[in-house]
Amino acid sequence: MNEQRQIRFWVIVFVLCGSSITVLLAVFAIQDYIDHFYLPDEVVQGLAPYDRTIRAGGFVVLNSIKHSEDELSVEFQLTDMKDSTFLVRYTGLLPSLFREGQGTTVKGKLGVDGVFRAREVNAKHDENYVPPELKTLTE
Amino acid sequence: MIPELGHLLAIFGWTAALGVLVSGFWGGYRHSEAWVALSIRLAKLQFVVLASSFVLLIVSFLHDDFSVLYVANNSNQLLPWYYKISAVWGAHEGSFLLWTLVAATWTHLVANRAQHIPLDIHGYVLGSLGFINFLFLAFLITASNPFERLVPNTPINGVDLNPLLQDFALIIHPPMLYIGYVGFAVAFSFGVAGLLTGKLDSAWARWLRPWVNYAWAFLTVGIALGSWWAYYELGWGGWWFWDPVENASLLPWLAGAALIHSLAATEKRGAYKNWTVLLAILTFSLSLVGAFLVRSGILTSVHAFAVDAQRGLVLLGILTVVSGAGLILFALRASTLRSRLEYWGISRELLLLINNVLLTITVATVLLGTLYPIGYEWFTDGEKISIGSQYFNAFFIPIMLVLSFFLALAPISQWKTTPLKKFQKCFVFLGFAALVALILPWVLANTFYVGATIGIALGLFVLITHVNSLLKRRKSLHLGFVGMCIAHLGFAIALIGVAVTSVYSYSVDGRLAIGDSLDVSGRSYELQSVQTIEARNYLAERAEFVVGNRITVYPERRFYPIRAMQTTEAAIRPVLFRDLYVTLGKPMDNGTWGVRIQEKLLIRWVWFGALIMAIAAVLACSDKRYRRLSKRDLSQYSRT
Repeated sequence: MNEQRQIRFWVIVFVLCGSSITVLLAVFAIQDYIDHFYLPDEVVQGLAPYDRTIRAGGFVVLNSIKHSEDELSVEFQLTDMKDSTFLVRYTGLLPSLFREGQGTTVKGKLGVDGVFRAREVNAKHDENYVPPELKTLTE
Repeated sequence: MIPELGHLLAIFGWTAALGVLVSGFWGGYRHSEAWVALSIRLAKLQFVVLASSFVLLIVSFLHDDFSVLYVANNSNQLLPWYYKISAVWGAHEGSFLLWTLVAATWTHLVANRAQHIPLDIHGYVLGSLGFINFLFLAFLITASNPFERLVPNTPINGVDLNPLLQDFALIIHPPMLYIGYVGFAVAFSFGVAGLLTGKLDSAWARWLRPWVNYAWAFLTVGIALGSWWAYYELGWGGWWFWDPVENASLLPWLAGAALIHSLAATEKRGAYKNWTVLLAILTFSLSLVGAFLVRSGILTSVHAFAVDAQRGLVLLGILTVVSGAGLILFALRASTLRSRLEYWGISRELLLLINNVLLTITVATVLLGTLYPIGYEWFTDGEKISIGSQYFNAFFIPIMLVLSFFLALAPISQWKTTPLKKFQKCFVFLGFAALVALILPWVLANTFYVGATIGIALGLFVLITHVNSLLKRRKSLHLGFVGMCIAHLGFAIALIGVAVTSVYSYSVDGRLAIGDSLDVSGRSYELQSVQTIEARNYLAERAEFVVGNRITVYPERRFYPIRAMQTTEAAIRPVLFRDLYVTLGKPMDNGTWGVRIQEKLLIRWVWFGALIMAIAAVLACSDKRYRRLSKRDLSQYSRT
């Protein structure tokens, strides 16, 4: 019985140590996977870091969507509907819900030239939907 | 009139839940046959009343009663009748009514199907289920009433169901998910009853096992349907995004899988009692965490319901009360439980322990990644972040690979202890699987990825050991063992599917004029024509593509005028071992079209594997030996 208890004790210790190490590892590792989100004024004022993967968002400026002549690349501007606006470049198919006036988030890198090179463009849900990150802009 | 009646019935259901709560606990506490019988009747009443309320909401939808706010917001005269019905659970209020109806259904089933369990446990289980639905219904009738009227400014027509939800898989996806989520309330309640009575033994585990299996099977189907929907309806060919709402369903699924396994050890060997009951409480708590994440709008997600902070607070309150009560009870009573664990050799007990440790770690890491943005925003005063899918992959994939290695040993292992000799053959199998996994990519695709190869090798390893054990034991098979093996085969199939499709998939974006073609992995895709078509509630541009001169596919872009919403309807054609996936993008200035063409290898194996797991879970608890043993248990515990 005593020996049983000892074995049990060590199994529990082992399991607890193993799991806590993994979870601790996750807690530290997660720092590297954080994508920060920036609003248009932060992008314009240079508060967003350059050349790092970040997320940003705003509303698509009317008449700002420009497709290139032959490729799939496209340019458009995102605004906070006040006085900050920045340019986004993207190559690829745009999501079907992407359109002017729509609240949109983009993921990619901000260049030193102030142009946001997007790898992902997200415009989902219907016309009433505003991404939670952009809600401060509509209030 | 009908909506008011529906609302009244929901309130009536709430009082019935209160009745189930009081009579169940009191009957359990006093060992009173009459009180438990009352609880059983009230459970039936609750079910009938809520079902009627739900039917009345359906009727409001079918009648286009746009004086009901919820109907006006989610339906339209032009919507086909079957989408009018599924629109009932297309948004928060109606789907929460369905949620409470599902809870009432489980309660009713437990009331009637579990009459062979001891009276006190039965009473406490019903009382606890009544308590849970009492809270849900209080939330429904106060903060999410689907019958709320929109008068006097009644609109002539509704604003339509979100076009993305006008889809077959989305008709059955939410009910399946809810049956799974809420089904874990039964496990929670059995945990509570076990703690209160102290009867946490093999018989207790045997009563609980089928309920957990059923709930888990439904949740599996629900998740697979959701993934399948995302794959073809969103139009981008992705099938899992580590989106917070997807994680919300994955967490209880993982915990439920762990619970199924620890229950096996508790039933067969009386082991891990404390842990099993804690897991039963945690699994349902994770279901509630999921409900909170999806319905509070606190996280950015593709699928979340409309945002309402107050609703989130109430749901957080329910979560705190329910899991808090469960955990406090556990803390008070756990020390009285004695687990019997006499063997620590290489045994099935040990493998089940490894399974639980790995699944629990997975739950912890996924939960961390899902909740981290909320905590970050809280502590940094509103700074928004998100956690990339790389984080989840970095933890989830390696843990699952380790898990599959031990999984492969499952059918060979025995209770108590297994002679090492039995495992020798395994290494031959593993070597063979590794060899095939090494050769296969060169034959198929000329490219080689370490991660995928390990995944395929381990998947094959699981397949081989399980098929081998099934063949070996073919003379003396029982459904429990067969169910386990088939579930594990399903896991292996899904694993191979994930490993292959994650790396051996091809995607090319292009800009095509009529008559142009694009080559993807040796196949040509030629754009033949684009036509405009007019359907009942949308307009569409439909393209015709000829693939490799033989197959014709028709991807569409649809415009739903009522919501002014554009959607893509990808054309998906399964051919041998792969899906051809064509998405039509926007028309460009000079008569060209944006097009994305993808080929996805073995993608269907992911959902097929999940489906097999679900079927197997049901199969395993249909074992006749269960019924025999349950009868024996009944004779041991006289009912009163």
